[in-house]
Amino acid sequence: MITNTWTPQSLVEHALATSTADDCVAIVNDSTSANLRWANNTLTTNGVIHGLSVTVVSFIRTGDGVASGSMSGSATTQAQVTALVDAADAAARAGTAAEDAQDLTVGGSSADWDDAPSPTDIHVFDTFAPALGEAFGRAGSEGRVLYGFVSHDHTTTYLGTSTGLRLRHVQPTGHYGCTGKDTSLTRSAWVGGATRDFSDVDALVMDQTVAQRLGWAERHIDLEAGRYDTILPPSAVADLMVDAYWYAGARTAHEGQSVYSKRGGGTRAGERIAREGVTLFSDPAHPGLECAPFVTAGTSDNEQSVFDNGLPLGRTDWIADGFLSSLIQTRHSAGLTGLPVTPYVDNLGLTVDGASGGLDDLVAGTERGLLLTCMWYIRVVDPQSLLLTGLTRDGVYLVENGEITGAVNNFRWNESPVDLLNRFTHASETVPSFSREWGDDFFSRTATPALRVPDFNMSSVSQAL
Amino acid sequence: MRSYKFPCVTGAELDPTFLALPYRDLGDVSLTRARELGASHADFRFERIRYQHLGVRDGVLQGAADTEDLGFAVRVIHHGAWGFAAGVVLTPEEAVQVAERAVAVALVAAEMTTSPVEIAPEPIHDDVTWVSAYDVNPLHVPTSEKSALLVDWTNRLRAHDAVQHASASLQQVQENKYYADLTGTRTTQQRIRLQPHFAAMGTDPSSGVFDSMSSIAPPVGRGWEYLTDGGYDWDAELAEIPDLLAENLAAPSVEAGTYDLVIHPSNLWLTIHESIGHATELDRALGYEANYAGTSFATYDKLNTLQYGSSVMNVTGDRTVRHGLSSIGYDDEGVAAQAWDIVRDGVLVGYQLDRAMGHMKAELNGGRSNGCAYADSSGHIPIQRMANVSLQPSPDDTSTDDLIGQVERGLYVVGDKSWSIDMQRFNFQFTGQRFFRIEDGQLAGQVRDAAYQATTTDFWNSMAAVGGEDTWILGGAFNCGKAQPGQVAAVSHGCPTALFREVRILNTTHEAGH
Repeated sequence: MITNTWTPQSLVEHALATSTADDCVAIVNDSTSANLRWANNTLTTNGVIHGLSVTVVSFIRTGDGVASGSMSGSATTQAQVTALVDAADAAARAGTAAEDAQDLTVGGSSADWDDAPSPTDIHVFDTFAPALGEAFGRAGSEGRVLYGFVSHDHTTTYLGTSTGLRLRHVQPTGHYGCTGKDTSLTRSAWVGGATRDFSDVDALVMDQTVAQRLGWAERHIDLEAGRYDTILPPSAVADLMVDAYWYAGARTAHEGQSVYSKRGGGTRAGERIAREGVTLFSDPAHPGLECAPFVTAGTSDNEQSVFDNGLPLGRTDWIADGFLSSLIQTRHSAGLTGLPVTPYVDNLGLTVDGASGGLDDLVAGTERGLLLTCMWYIRVVDPQSLLLTGLTRDGVYLVENGEITGAVNNFRWNESPVDLLNRFTHASETVPSFSREWGDDFFSRTATPALRVPDFNMSSVSQAL
Repeated sequence: MRSYKFPCVTGAELDPTFLALPYRDLGDVSLTRARELGASHADFRFERIRYQHLGVRDGVLQGAADTEDLGFAVRVIHHGAWGFAAGVVLTPEEAVQVAERAVAVALVAAEMTTSPVEIAPEPIHDDVTWVSAYDVNPLHVPTSEKSALLVDWTNRLRAHDAVQHASASLQQVQENKYYADLTGTRTTQQRIRLQPHFAAMGTDPSSGVFDSMSSIAPPVGRGWEYLTDGGYDWDAELAEIPDLLAENLAAPSVEAGTYDLVIHPSNLWLTIHESIGHATELDRALGYEANYAGTSFATYDKLNTLQYGSSVMNVTGDRTVRHGLSSIGYDDEGVAAQAWDIVRDGVLVGYQLDRAMGHMKAELNGGRSNGCAYADSSGHIPIQRMANVSLQPSPDDTSTDDLIGQVERGLYVVGDKSWSIDMQRFNFQFTGQRFFRIEDGQLAGQVRDAAYQATTTDFWNSMAAVGGEDTWILGGAFNCGKAQPGQVAAVSHGCPTALFREVRILNTTHEAGH
């Protein structure tokens, strides 16, 4: 995408050479994205976007430690980078000793450091787009209305440090989602997923799946609020497990402020918090969910530290065989908690030992229960139990004698994902999944099973269709 | 309508470092190229947004980060379809290429656009400027001074025995935009906003119960003077929060059931945001957000007939209110800011519009947009976003104490905390910073573990009374999310204290099965 004579690598080198601080980290993110959005069987908005951001973190040794200063900005010239460096250096000089100060990571270069950014463009939809147009026509003629969005993003990250690190990572991120309704807008269904390159996404198949689910909803049954035997498909499990992960910060747990805190002080690391055989993990090399294998941090807070930039990431089991194994750490918080250094990784998997079969098998084994599609508007009600509230959305189906027999109303639910990991009775095999709630903007790389929970708390009825 | 309107004249001036950027030249070459390629409409938007975030925990500065987002975008209507492209390289060559990409995208989009795009006309605003009302740009205040203030806040909170940990943060934004289109409108604008926050955290040693208590100070479209001019009593709140936390930790758990609620503006603004603000966005009512943020129960066929709430419910949409987070001179489609009624005497009478919707529903605003288009950066396409949607006070001088005095058995709710609402804006659940029992018209101490849950129209029709102008406060948030790709917007909501009858209260520990 960049046609100028400079390169992201040259901007990194310029930043490091220009800084007068004792140490410096420079991160360049070259990002390209393309998207299509539709509603009422017609395209509504779209876009092709190119962004280039530069983050400079400067470090100054003070009498009692090391102070840091961080500046980020859109920058495409050396002059703009120089301005960022000057500001970061000045901020560090004006700062006080940082509590999270550590030695910067040293040495090492990615083999592809010299490679150019890897862009995407609107042509990633060359196969998808004509099929989407055909799907609009087919849906319109068959009484369906389609609403949806596809997005593809390539971000190439270059991280350099004054201690010699030169790391590069290319992150493809793509996802699709389509909501379908009947023309009376009384039935609604959704299908969505993650993809790395759209070679595996077919708009006609997407529409076909929506049509099948709308068919399931031709019979409508009203149900009251209450606790129901409920099958959570992989997308709904992803919705919930992302929260279980995000709230697993070691420092807040250590200081008594989360579901992972031990009453009386410290964390619950080493305690059983889930059923035997449950493993919640992250792994930058997990097939299909590959993500950055090193830390990038533009600022410090409870869960990240600018001093950890470039720290290598590997597989981390957050819950191993039902026991709380790790919490999200910086090197500083690891020192506070006395636990291993296990930083945040940008993917998440959940597995259950001995699980087999798929969603259909869970349905077939259910005498009477609910099958959800996905969750919506999930928020924390009580951090101490990680009680979440949210809604069911775009399809709650009644299962009777192993078959889907109709659709029921939506519900507001109140549940804790950690509790659910103790209460589920059946699990399917783990498959690639996509969180409807968080996948669009924050966290799209998940692999989860379907879970059957015998007493899911549907707190009240939602009239939403 | 309220009397808090502020004309497009303020004391502050446009930032000369923004004025020095080449936005006019880039706009000219982009629009010229779009016209050459046959676009029936083209607009150019150049943005520089500066952010600074400071975070302090337990007397130590954890992180300070400055971010600047700089770039431009071209949006066209070509062959009846939108085309949008954005870039960050500030050269005329790139400006031409971005215009060409926007047209190329429109050609791809045209094949899938079954309803040709048309937009409502707008008078030409030729080379106008607007700057929000503030005295001191917070980004010009030394970081060390701001950091010292936050450190002091957390130290003061931690001096109390009940407080084990304390955090404080400060978000500051300076937003500069230049807009130009083929009709000749050119606007140059600047907005400042900031959001201070602090919280105290503690654990009851006997029960092991953990909780936090946060400031209820609203984010504002003001400058550093918000923290220094005495308009908000920071010292009083810092002194009060630890005692409130201690009382909360020792408070009894609420008995689930039905209660009358008196809701303070620090909590009610969020209920307004979710159940009125989003529900009256016309793009939602028309289905444009069906795959993401959702639709609305307030469908267009209900205009002028839906009894949204009781007769004391009057709600306005307003992009002109002084210090409002959504206030602006001209929106991101070059439309001048306006104010209008959304709910009058309890009946739905209006929506929030952009130019495409202004054309589509010409009867709503005389064939004109009411100025609700916004993009959160140059990299995103403008969409219909929320005005400052506010509940009007009573014309009399009803006080909060008067409202509490009308309750035999109820709860007084202060401060926002957890929030959630369904995708058609029917069913919602909110918690608060603190719930006080009301017994025979008097406050009787805090209860814990409470959440209120209702259906939107049931809730607003249960509103028995609203406070007078002295109870009216402009609340709001920096983080309203909407659209695909996701965009974030800041918005304010003003409201008085209000009284609601017979609202369902949950006990959240029971909900958790404990």
